[in-house]
Amino acid sequence: MKELVVISGKGGTGKTSLVASLAALARDQVVLADCDVDAADLHLVLEPKINEATDFSGGSLAVIDAAKCIGCMKCQNICRFSAISLKGPANDFVRKTCRVDSIACEGCGVCLEVCPIGAVDMKPSINGQWFASETRFGPMVHAKLGIAEENSGKLVSLVRSKARELAESQKKELLLIDGSPGIGCPVIASVTGADLVLIVSEPTVSGLHDMERVAGLTRHFNVPTMVCVNKWDINASVSGQIEETVKKNSLFFAGRIRYDRTVTQAMIHRQAVVEFTRNGLARDIETVWKNIEHYLNR
Amino acid sequence: MKITIASGKGGTGKATIATNLAYVAAQSGKEVAYIDCDVEEPNGHLFLHPTLTSQKTISIPVPKVDEAKCIHCQRCAQVCRFSAIVCVGQTVLVNPQMCHGCGGCTLVCPSGAIEEENWPIGVVDSGVSGAIDFARGVLKIGVAISPPLIRAVKSVPASAEIVFVDAPPGTSCPVVETVRESDYVVLVTEPTPFGLNDLKLAVEMVKVLERPMGIIVNRADTGNEDVFDYCRERNIPVLGKIVDDRAVAEAYSRGELISRAIPKYAENFQIILKRIFDEALLAGKEIAL
Repeated sequence: MKELVVISGKGGTGKTSLVASLAALARDQVVLADCDVDAADLHLVLEPKINEATDFSGGSLAVIDAAKCIGCMKCQNICRFSAISLKGPANDFVRKTCRVDSIACEGCGVCLEVCPIGAVDMKPSINGQWFASETRFGPMVHAKLGIAEENSGKLVSLVRSKARELAESQKKELLLIDGSPGIGCPVIASVTGADLVLIVSEPTVSGLHDMERVAGLTRHFNVPTMVCVNKWDINASVSGQIEETVKKNSLFFAGRIRYDRTVTQAMIHRQAVVEFTRNGLARDIETVWKNIEHYLNR
Repeated sequence: MKITIASGKGGTGKATIATNLAYVAAQSGKEVAYIDCDVEEPNGHLFLHPTLTSQKTISIPVPKVDEAKCIHCQRCAQVCRFSAIVCVGQTVLVNPQMCHGCGGCTLVCPSGAIEEENWPIGVVDSGVSGAIDFARGVLKIGVAISPPLIRAVKSVPASAEIVFVDAPPGTSCPVVETVRESDYVVLVTEPTPFGLNDLKLAVEMVKVLERPMGIIVNRADTGNEDVFDYCRERNIPVLGKIVDDRAVAEAYSRGELISRAIPKYAENFQIILKRIFDEALLAGKEIAL
């Protein structure tokens, strides 16, 4: 089983639309994982039937018992995340007690260490949910991070490992992962140890800039990397620069995909581009897929 | 006034809108700052072409263990909830990638064997672009934790009357860190199923943070009407629309500010800016009341 992760650095270059088409082309041989847990969209095209939903807890949160707190502020003074303030209600001892801002709290538990009267408790925080589902192309694991929650990296690792288990038990050839934009913790969690990363770039100064940074990340973690250029004809000259950069950095070039508004139409019809149309755009995507297959099977 | 430009979905046009709003605001004589908090992939400089005058390295405190003083009690590894410090036999291993810099291990060490050292996670650059004060954070490649860097970029002292803050995409911790102290939040979306799905997530996040907000619809003539219906139902103001124009996409691809390259867009952004001020003032009054 091979693991292919699709990322982009810059957001909105067409990762998810391309993943849906690759899934259609690899039909029946693929398990899908949507690791963009922060703003997951793949389900909008693949319309998964959810078989199993499970709560995810990636950490804990401090809670202060307002009945016990003596307002000494030792917790507030030691907290490095400005998560504690003297905004809690009055009790038998003091007029104001300490309270935890659950959004700022990172769950380190240092407040619990310093509290002289044991008023702090650490409670597991529910950061989201993950799902095991079935789609028309194959099984899919996906997730939903709670609103304004953290621990996205841990949720990504969980989704990835559940999808890997599925792929192995069902003897599928490919684990296809839709990643998130950026180069931070969820992206690191999705690419480390993969067989191949596909960077979906676009021919704009920002697309090029962000592709170089994310290619730096895959180099840092030693993951083989291919690059394709989406909407290449928006700026043929920057497209050329991207191909030059690919060559210069000994990456592999997966192909060019033309700019075509059919992509939006396919999305509105809840279909992958290659299901929706047989035009030149679909042929471009098929070429990219052939190049990826060629690399994975060599 | 701090106006943050955010979006659930990436690539909807945050940087375009933030840089153009900063540009037209400065053109109309306001004191303006632009702050790029998308530290994983900062792009504002590609359009504002600032002259950078200073650079500051941002670090987080991570533990450094003096093996000679260590009594192998393992208290540090027990207190750390992020697996950033582990004891293997007689050795203590620190993994700065996992460390949140909470200081727990240093606090509990009974033999004073742990000191903190600075571990660089990125830089904050500052400078000027014409009349606009410019700052950006750049996360070091391979570093997972960005919120401390975002906090540092946000705290660059700005004397400007209007600060435009460019947020990262998504709705998780880096975005929350960027959005939380804004006076007004502008969410950028596109009228497609992906755009609407991610807009809903972003709206919920801004509600949790209790900030006033409005929406700009980019490539407004593509896709369908669902985004507009949603804004109407939820009573969220649509601050403006930008049409899908190949000339805009091409100017953007070359790193040009569309307000400068195509004059009719300067007018479009002026109108949007006025609408933002009106809405922000209204929201400010409601909060004051």
